[in-house]
Amino acid sequence: MTATTFDPIAARPAPAKTSGAAEWIRANLFGDWTTGLMTLLVGGALLYAVTHVLSWAVFRAAWLPDHNACRVEGVGACWGVVAEKYRFILFGRYPFEEQWRALAATLLMLCLLVASCTRAFWRPWLVVLWAVVLGIFFALMYGNVMGLPKVETDRWGGLPLTILLASLSITLAFPIAVGVALGRRSNLPAIRAVCTVYVELIRGVPLISVLFMASFMFPLFMPEGFSIDVLIRVLAGITLFAAAYLAEVIRGGLQAIPKGQLEAAATLGLSYWQTQKKIVLPQALAMVVPSIMNNFIGLFKDTSLVTIVSLYELTGALSLAINSDANWRPFKLEGYLFIALIYFAFCFSMSRYSLWVEKQVNKGQAR
Amino acid sequence: MAFSQLRLAAAAAATLAALLAMPAYAGKTLDAVKSRGQVVCGVSTGLAGFSQADSSGKWSGLDVDVCRALAAAVLNDPEKVKYVPLSAPQRFTALQSGEVDVLPRNTTFTLTRDASLGLSVTTVNYYDGQGFMVPVKTKIKSAKLLKGQTVCVQSGTTTEKNLADFSKANNLNIKPVVFDKLEAANAAYFSGRCIAYTTDASGLASIRAKEAKDPKEHLVLPELISKEPLGPMVRRGDDEWFAIVKWVLYGMLEAEEYGVTQANVDQMKASSPDPVVMRLLGGGNEDTGKLLGLEKDWMARAIKAVGNYGESFERNVGSKSALNLPRGLNNLWNKGGLMYAYPVR
Amino acid sequence: MTRRPPPAKKVWTWRSRALRGLVYQLIAVLAVGLGVWWLASNTMHNMQVRGIQSGFDFLGRPAGFDIGESLYEFDSGQPYWRAFLIGLTNTLRVALIGIVLSTLLGTLLGVGRFSRNALVRGLCYAYVEFVRNVPVLLQLLMWYVFFAEVLPTAADAWTFGPLFLSKGGLSFPIPIWEAGHLWGVSGLLAGAVLAFAYRRWSFRTFEATGQPRSLFWVPLAVFVLVGVLGWAAGGAPAHFNSPVKGEFSIEQGGSLTPEFLAVVLGLSIYTAAFIAEVVRAGIQSVVRGQGEAAAALGLSPGQSMRLVRLPQALRVIIPPLTNQYLNLTKNSSLAVAIGYPEVVSIATTSLNQTGRAVECISIVMLVYLTTSLTTSFFMNWYNRRAAIKER
Repeated sequence: MTATTFDPIAARPAPAKTSGAAEWIRANLFGDWTTGLMTLLVGGALLYAVTHVLSWAVFRAAWLPDHNACRVEGVGACWGVVAEKYRFILFGRYPFEEQWRALAATLLMLCLLVASCTRAFWRPWLVVLWAVVLGIFFALMYGNVMGLPKVETDRWGGLPLTILLASLSITLAFPIAVGVALGRRSNLPAIRAVCTVYVELIRGVPLISVLFMASFMFPLFMPEGFSIDVLIRVLAGITLFAAAYLAEVIRGGLQAIPKGQLEAAATLGLSYWQTQKKIVLPQALAMVVPSIMNNFIGLFKDTSLVTIVSLYELTGALSLAINSDANWRPFKLEGYLFIALIYFAFCFSMSRYSLWVEKQVNKGQAR
Repeated sequence: MAFSQLRLAAAAAATLAALLAMPAYAGKTLDAVKSRGQVVCGVSTGLAGFSQADSSGKWSGLDVDVCRALAAAVLNDPEKVKYVPLSAPQRFTALQSGEVDVLPRNTTFTLTRDASLGLSVTTVNYYDGQGFMVPVKTKIKSAKLLKGQTVCVQSGTTTEKNLADFSKANNLNIKPVVFDKLEAANAAYFSGRCIAYTTDASGLASIRAKEAKDPKEHLVLPELISKEPLGPMVRRGDDEWFAIVKWVLYGMLEAEEYGVTQANVDQMKASSPDPVVMRLLGGGNEDTGKLLGLEKDWMARAIKAVGNYGESFERNVGSKSALNLPRGLNNLWNKGGLMYAYPVR
Repeated sequence: MTRRPPPAKKVWTWRSRALRGLVYQLIAVLAVGLGVWWLASNTMHNMQVRGIQSGFDFLGRPAGFDIGESLYEFDSGQPYWRAFLIGLTNTLRVALIGIVLSTLLGTLLGVGRFSRNALVRGLCYAYVEFVRNVPVLLQLLMWYVFFAEVLPTAADAWTFGPLFLSKGGLSFPIPIWEAGHLWGVSGLLAGAVLAFAYRRWSFRTFEATGQPRSLFWVPLAVFVLVGVLGWAAGGAPAHFNSPVKGEFSIEQGGSLTPEFLAVVLGLSIYTAAFIAEVVRAGIQSVVRGQGEAAAALGLSPGQSMRLVRLPQALRVIIPPLTNQYLNLTKNSSLAVAIGYPEVVSIATTSLNQTGRAVECISIVMLVYLTTSLTTSFFMNWYNRRAAIKER
């Protein structure tokens, strides 16, 4: 009998680390030779581009509002154009000494928008809040009350106009869109036809033609001697346009409601309107909140089109500020980058918010 | 519930019907202007010397002076004007639809515009012709050398058509780059996208003086390829208003001819021995204003506000301005120009 | 409790659903009809009172203006309808090229989001986020600034071989047509037939024997090779109309204007970001098991994407892709802001020359409606083809 000796198996090596910076880099950047090669190529190109852009935009840039400094050989970006013109870019032709009003109005609208995105404010009185804030916004911008001098709407411009157009048109478009979406799913053929024609007609044409219509043709449609401010006309045009797209989004939500819900409501004896109000719409709308947000982002960007019909919102104000100034005209690109950054800041934060909402909605679904 | 909705629908229908029956005022622009207390004036989006707003939003220029003179004559206050800046494609519909009362927007009078747009041309306040501007460094000295070149032009103008005619007549094959905004066209020319810029010679002078980094770097070519009589337009079908606009302009010319100026208008009105001057300014017994539906001293007010035509010209586009345009065709008829006012009597 | 009988199908009492439905519909139709009639009568009245001429008769009159760029000759003596036609071809030209470019770029970016390389993934993500959060009009204006302002004048144009890039646009040589080219064209035709035949044959042998053969590269090589052979047989004519630097501009050769380049690039780059998202969502919708199964069969990641995941994703991709194509076409109307003579630009010019606002804007709307409906019709047809064939 041989003595059994304890013969331990050699300890196995620890498994390869799969976490940590070095490992992540190995897995994600140098997985195999193709990935590695690509990393080197793309990384090299990126490094090249980034250093050049940084050098142009930061290290060699001229920051002071002096156009002669921008013309010196070897100077990169001329941010002086922003330093010189930022008030004109942000507020357009709004009277210079009254621009605090435009600023206050803009901040107020921004607060309202942020508030509307916060859960604590999702109460019926939010509607009242909107009405009040819009009232104050108009009072501040238009003046003629409490000793504020009157500022005609044709002098409104820049960021306040952009925000006003976007938020007011989506707000006004919403009820229309709900109506049209319900109409398109109605079983009354005439109503269905009217709604379908409206949606398809609007979605088939570009916004700019709707704006042209609002600005060139609309006055001809009205009775003689009846004229509406061009801002209101453009606002109406954008609203009708946005409503068609929004209606399709909401219709998507309505379609996703299982038929059983409707049947259950009918069993309970609810009328059509009760069913829609209490059963269908709350579910459908909650489902499409992210899409509505995306729609709003699109609309926010689309407001830049009103510059084509001579309303000077952010994009238009920039063109106005720089195109008519020979000293700064060569530095338009920097101006464009500046407002692109503003648009980006707004749209990016909204899209992040939309993602957050999507998660919230899905949380409710995944019980 | 159905009933309440029916009622709602009925109410909506009633409102619609009420809107339909809304009393449309039949072209009484003068009444509208008086009741509104404002002349709504369609001007360009910014052409120095003709109509341009400064940074505080105050408008000035030869065309703006027409509005100011009108407001002074009708409302006794040259400041009671609302200026509506219009791009070239917008201007006619704005006037047609009643958005503006009068359109003094360096607009050329043509047959088509007079006959088919529902507009009436009043009288010319600037005789112009279309020219070309090129950078000096191109060394182009004549428009005929623009063969096959790109030319920046604003869309919807007579300019665009004249350019086509000129190109065709001289077999130049000019390529137009068309922008619907003046600012965009300017920017494109100054960036070097086009070899030449074309518009009315006065407009070129204005753009060269105000928009160029260094006016000396740009040359306005000597050829004028068209006749461009510019002046205010009004809506068709309102002869009273048409007459007022026309006679305010004639009055300014008449004032220059008889030596009435902004400075001496009060004194002349009180004590001029010349019956023509007394008629013009409403100093004597004859009331020219009444015939137009205005007050007796309508022209005196207008001249007090903007001066006579010569003063307005020199201040805005002539020797006292950056444009420094010669009077040329725009001089009075008895000084070798075309400006000839019908007698105010 | 007794069970009530179900209500009769249609009861025409005052409170019945059927009657109410009828009333609602009547009201709706009446309101819409009344509104349209009101607007139309106002317009008629306004036009009559002011003596504004209306009607589409102006389309037959000479336009009187020139158009900067067109696919075929246009002269100011030609009628308005031809001017509109040029506007339309210019719109379609931008739309078609934009659709091709944005689809290629967008697919690459969308697929890039699934790359194993983190750098590529990150870049694709950054591209999408940056590009789609800035208004397309602003991007077009920026591109135009680049082409018209940043680029040098024609005198010191950037030269890449025979290509010139300057404020005058991109100039390139174009071959001069000669009889020998006919041989080249027939060579290409023959090559296409051969390539197609080879493809069919190799597909059939693959189905029969499982022997994989190239379905793309070999046919392509056949196509090009036979084309080149034909061209050589024709005497290899190679005379080019090359651009040369003139005094103020690049002369001769073919050229693309900066307006066209700015519109095409701007729209393609913008739309590509959206297409990338559509492609990403489509690929994500393919169940995981498909990719795993492909890996188990020994397909490389590239093959798995190309042969397994992308074709299945296509079903999810096509409907939203159609929307993006339509958006691109509609967005091409923004070209009016940078002076590209597409249909909106022609319409605003005509509107101002003739004063026919209603007519000109109706034409624009009609053009876009037709284009939109045609595109969606075509894409729906394709979608039906790509849909799962349930057996």
